[in-house]
Amino acid sequence: MMETIDKIKQQIADNSILLYMKGSPQFPSCGFSAQAVDALKNCGEAFAYVDILQNPDIRAELPIYAQWPTFPQLWVDGELVGGCDIIMEMFRSGELLPLIKESAANTEAE
Amino acid sequence: MTSSTIEEQINRLLERDFSPKVLKVVNESYKHSVPEGSESHFNVTLVSDEFQAKRLIQRHRMVNQTLADLLQNSIHALALHTLTPEEWASRKEVPQSPECRGKG
Repeated sequence: MMETIDKIKQQIADNSILLYMKGSPQFPSCGFSAQAVDALKNCGEAFAYVDILQNPDIRAELPIYAQWPTFPQLWVDGELVGGCDIIMEMFRSGELLPLIKESAANTEAE
Repeated sequence: MTSSTIEEQINRLLERDFSPKVLKVVNESYKHSVPEGSESHFNVTLVSDEFQAKRLIQRHRMVNQTLADLLQNSIHALALHTLTPEEWASRKEVPQSPECRGKG
């Protein structure tokens, strides 16, 4: 059985665009997660997600590892971008799109 | 033991650490499926010189640090809008929090 922390590191390493959220992109269980999904979808690139309501171990461990207390959490290229407010702010300011596009392009090129 | 509300504690801690130009703490718990009078969901607008030349994630980390105990024990959701006085001057509004979806 893999340790939770190793599982988290593996997920972050394996998925260049990764959203830890409540529920799924089709059925978000929280308004903040829903907003994050909408912003990401708008960028037009595929992204991975982990439903933390289905993974209580990750829900407990990730905030400690990330030093970030809440969900959703967007990780791009192994780095925490932020939670809902940061995602929305970057979406509004136009910073989110190039970040996502660049990450997707790099992943494709590999 | 403290008799002050969570809202008062948030205000006091942020005043202490950020000398805010603008500080608005709104208890949005009523929008969520929690008992009446709960203090679980907050929306904070904070305008401070401390945020100069800092990226959003750094600003949020600073606030999370200040409110660490409350976040661990009392606060379930914290919507956070962190601006410098210059950004605030050109904006003067922050986005609304989303509606609750009812599951955590």
